[in-house]
Amino acid sequence: MGEQPNPAVELAIETRGLTKRFGHQTAVNAVDLAVPRGSVFGFLGPNGSGKTTTIRLALGLAAATSGQVSVLGQTMPGRLKDVLPRVGALVEGPGFYPFLSGAANLHRLDSADRYAPSATRRARVHRALDRVGLGHAAGKKVGAYSLGMKQRLGLANALLMPRELLVLDEPTNGLDPQGTREVRNLVRSLAAEGTTVFVSSHLLAEVEQMCSHIAVMSVGSLVAQGTLDELRRAGESRVRVRTPDIAAALRVLAALGLAPEQTEPPGRAGGDGNDDSHDDGVVSAPLAPDSRPAEAIVAALVAGGVRVRGFTVERASLEDRFVALTGEGFDIAQ
Amino acid sequence: MLLALAAVPVLIAVAVRLSSSPPEPGRGPPFLDRVTQNGLFVSITALVVCIPLFLPLTVGVVAGDTIAGEANLGTLRYLLVVPAGRVRLLLVKFAGAAAFCLAATLTVVASGALIGAALFPVGPVTLLSGDTISVGESILRSLLVAGYVTVSLLGLSAIGLFISTLTVVPVGAMAATIVLSVVAQVLGALPQFEWLHPWLFSHYWLDFADLLRQPIAWTSFGDNALLQAGYAAVFGALAYGRFVTKDILS
Ligand SMILES: Nc1ncnc2c1ncn2[C@@H]1O[C@H](COP(=O)(O)OP(=O)(O)OP(=O)(O)O)[C@@H](O)[C@H]1O
Ligand SMILES: [Mg+2]
Repeated sequence: MGEQPNPAVELAIETRGLTKRFGHQTAVNAVDLAVPRGSVFGFLGPNGSGKTTTIRLALGLAAATSGQVSVLGQTMPGRLKDVLPRVGALVEGPGFYPFLSGAANLHRLDSADRYAPSATRRARVHRALDRVGLGHAAGKKVGAYSLGMKQRLGLANALLMPRELLVLDEPTNGLDPQGTREVRNLVRSLAAEGTTVFVSSHLLAEVEQMCSHIAVMSVGSLVAQGTLDELRRAGESRVRVRTPDIAAALRVLAALGLAPEQTEPPGRAGGDGNDDSHDDGVVSAPLAPDSRPAEAIVAALVAGGVRVRGFTVERASLEDRFVALTGEGFDIAQ
Repeated sequence: MLLALAAVPVLIAVAVRLSSSPPEPGRGPPFLDRVTQNGLFVSITALVVCIPLFLPLTVGVVAGDTIAGEANLGTLRYLLVVPAGRVRLLLVKFAGAAAFCLAATLTVVASGALIGAALFPVGPVTLLSGDTISVGESILRSLLVAGYVTVSLLGLSAIGLFISTLTVVPVGAMAATIVLSVVAQVLGALPQFEWLHPWLFSHYWLDFADLLRQPIAWTSFGDNALLQAGYAAVFGALAYGRFVTKDILS
């Protein structure tokens, strides 16, 4: 939201002018991300907008073309060895050896971690698998896992050690409704323990339910960033008036300084079968945050002779906001 | 793969045992004619048969898979965010490939000794120099030859490791490594490239006969070790240079 990051807030991830080019294509373009510690940070954006690439840069998997990243207060990739043991990550889907069991895969990754005590390895693997509901499939070969099971195993890998920061790239991809809900609960409980969770997702309803902060990417650029409320508030609300007197309603609303439009022609809005509503239409207008209160608009409409049969003020959903920021187009932008 | 390698000596021994006429000296692989007199020669014969193609093939598969295989499965990014450390990963992978070279040659030697002892008489061995050594010492010599062949394959392993850092397609890296080993041997067979021969990693591959003399002539072992160390250093450095700065996008 164009808001300057508050320097007093400690940041778990901070990027300054972060840019990554693949050939002539700019996948990440001058991104200034500020992820406060302790937040559950939703990272949104259409397919190909640069979310995964940003995550790769933050984790030191790829080198930035220009700009800086710091994670947990240390610059990356320079301090990678100090930073990454405190970070759990799921990047662009899980990656495991299909010929090993789920538990054996976790054992192998855990033994690659020099800070992970081998004495507690068995117990930690067991606990991580239980946490994602894979306790019963621990001995099964990963090659025989379903998509959602692999995804859960990827999450378990991120949870092997207590972490200060979790970076989860589309964690609920391929999960069933129970799994999705479990992930949400998991993220909440981790956040309650003080872990910062940075989660990229397309599921706006999901993000709305679990995130405290949000950033939106579009074609490689960061187009919005702030708390969930700030982002929602910035979206426009709309008034919707159901009435047969379309022309009068348009006139009154315009006189109030709004920009009304007819969203349903007469006869289309009377869905409830009442005799007197068969000729209703709908007029709606965007509502600026500082415009007059809703009741004053109703009063003006009634005074103007408009038969008001329905009146609602719709707050912008995150989806509206998302589409407003990233565009309607379905095609991949680059 | 180790099973396939173990099958080579068995194949040789069984073929020689079943054929009515003993192999004539000078035909077939070196040492083949001695197999009927002493089963301990099966190991050496099998190694000679495996060195040009079969061993480089298996080493190419293992070394080509080291990094590219992990990248292909997506496990590479998870190893790196652990963090396993890129240099450490390279070293572990090279050590793994070297361990495979040793296991592969030992498999051929052990399988050869076992099948040789089962199908042919075993006794004191007459060396190339004419001296005779005991069975115990001959086993020691076999292990020495296995060590020589293992060292011979280290250069190729390093080449495979480097190629493996260039791609995310393991089959490509494997094929390229194997092709290189064939090309090196073809160049080694052409007299027009004589100036190049001492620099080919396959130059000393079959020169372990010196280890079968009394006293042992260590020069070829030393030359080979030096050459292989050179290859390992050069291609290890190239792999390091490539991998440490590589963007992991798989
Ligand atoms: N290895 C690569 N080589 C070239 N271009 C790449 C590479 N990886 C990603 N890109 C490009 O970078 C852009 C951003 O990709 P990225 O994977 O970061 O998107 P994303 O936001 O994670 O998308 P999704 O929601 O589909 O996961 C895309 O246009 C993609 O084509
Ligand atoms: Mg992605």
